[in-house]
Amino acid sequence: MPEILDRARTQVLENGVGLDQAGVLAVLNLPDEDLPAALQLAHEVRMRWCGPEVEVEGIVSLKTGGCPEDCHFCSQSGLFTSPVRSVWLDIPNLVAAAKQTAATGATEFCIVAAVRGPDARLMKQLREGVAAIQAEVDIQVAASLGMLTQEQVDELVEMGVHRYNHNLETCRSYFPNVVTTHSWEERWETLRMVRESGMEVCCGGILGLGETVEQRAEFAAQLAELDPHEVPLNFLNPRPGTPLGDRPVVEGKDALRAIAAFRLAMPRTILRYAGGRELTLGDLGTRDGLLGGINAVIVGNYLTTLGRPATDDLKLLDDLKMPVKALSATL
Amino acid sequence: MTELSPTAPAAPWCDHCGTATGAGDHAACAAARALEPPRYCDRCRRRMKVQVLPAGWSARCVEHGEIHA
Repeated sequence: MPEILDRARTQVLENGVGLDQAGVLAVLNLPDEDLPAALQLAHEVRMRWCGPEVEVEGIVSLKTGGCPEDCHFCSQSGLFTSPVRSVWLDIPNLVAAAKQTAATGATEFCIVAAVRGPDARLMKQLREGVAAIQAEVDIQVAASLGMLTQEQVDELVEMGVHRYNHNLETCRSYFPNVVTTHSWEERWETLRMVRESGMEVCCGGILGLGETVEQRAEFAAQLAELDPHEVPLNFLNPRPGTPLGDRPVVEGKDALRAIAAFRLAMPRTILRYAGGRELTLGDLGTRDGLLGGINAVIVGNYLTTLGRPATDDLKLLDDLKMPVKALSATL
Repeated sequence: MTELSPTAPAAPWCDHCGTATGAGDHAACAAARALEPPRYCDRCRRRMKVQVLPAGWSARCVEHGEIHA
């Protein structure tokens, strides 16, 4: 057993204290033959500190495309020659999407907009949409609208948005290579305001943007410092027309190493499978991740791309004897 | 992934990359379509307005109307 896993067994599994950056790096550098042991330990940590339940979520894009920011991985930036066109979702179809999500047993429905930050029109659309969902659908509503002002944070709380997603995307040292139209620190400031408001903080990122293994460890440590309620873990799905459109997909074993390492850095967080897992891990790898630290999934489609059918993921959870977290457990 | 119909053999344009179906190899486009909605109208090559939903998608061409899955 590698020394880092022995140490993690005591520090993380028994005492609930996450690995630091150096510890995460050691896990990320484990040879392939030690990967099963790392995943097994991460699974034990997840079961000990989070339990067997899996939180299921659906997401939908309220405002697609035409974003003024230049996040190099994103097909929704208006600055790249992506085929994605700008489109708004109306309230009836937003409610229908929430119903589709609730029908899977999901407890979370996240409304996402491709913007730098919300303007008055978007806030009005969101307010009406959240009210309509709350009137018709039994589900928790989360939002992801970019960078916020304090007034907007307060407004979201008043609407009843219970969780806010704002990904840091990558570590602080690599962020300028991925985004130049705003800073990592600006994102951090929004996350600070969200946390102080009482909303749950959802913050993760994307692996495979060209960051080094050391920077992957740096990112895990920075997320652990933030201590978010949820960490969505994406794997780059290279989008045509974006600056990262020719990047290779993350290797499956590297993705699994990262899952184990992020779990060992954050033993109590909700660690969610998000975009890209279909390409990077496939069906077998998806199962391995759920047995290696993951305890939440986005089911169904993503914002501009398609996912596995929700029924496939729900069957997998059933096969693994992992119960879907009930809505009553989230209130 | 949603079960999708591939671009019809007779369609002049690839609904994934927007180039002519009769020119070049579109095997990668067909593979990508398993996890992506169409982006181009296969009849006129216009970029479509695409809305992805948790359990489906719709794509509207200003000239040829809406398709969905």
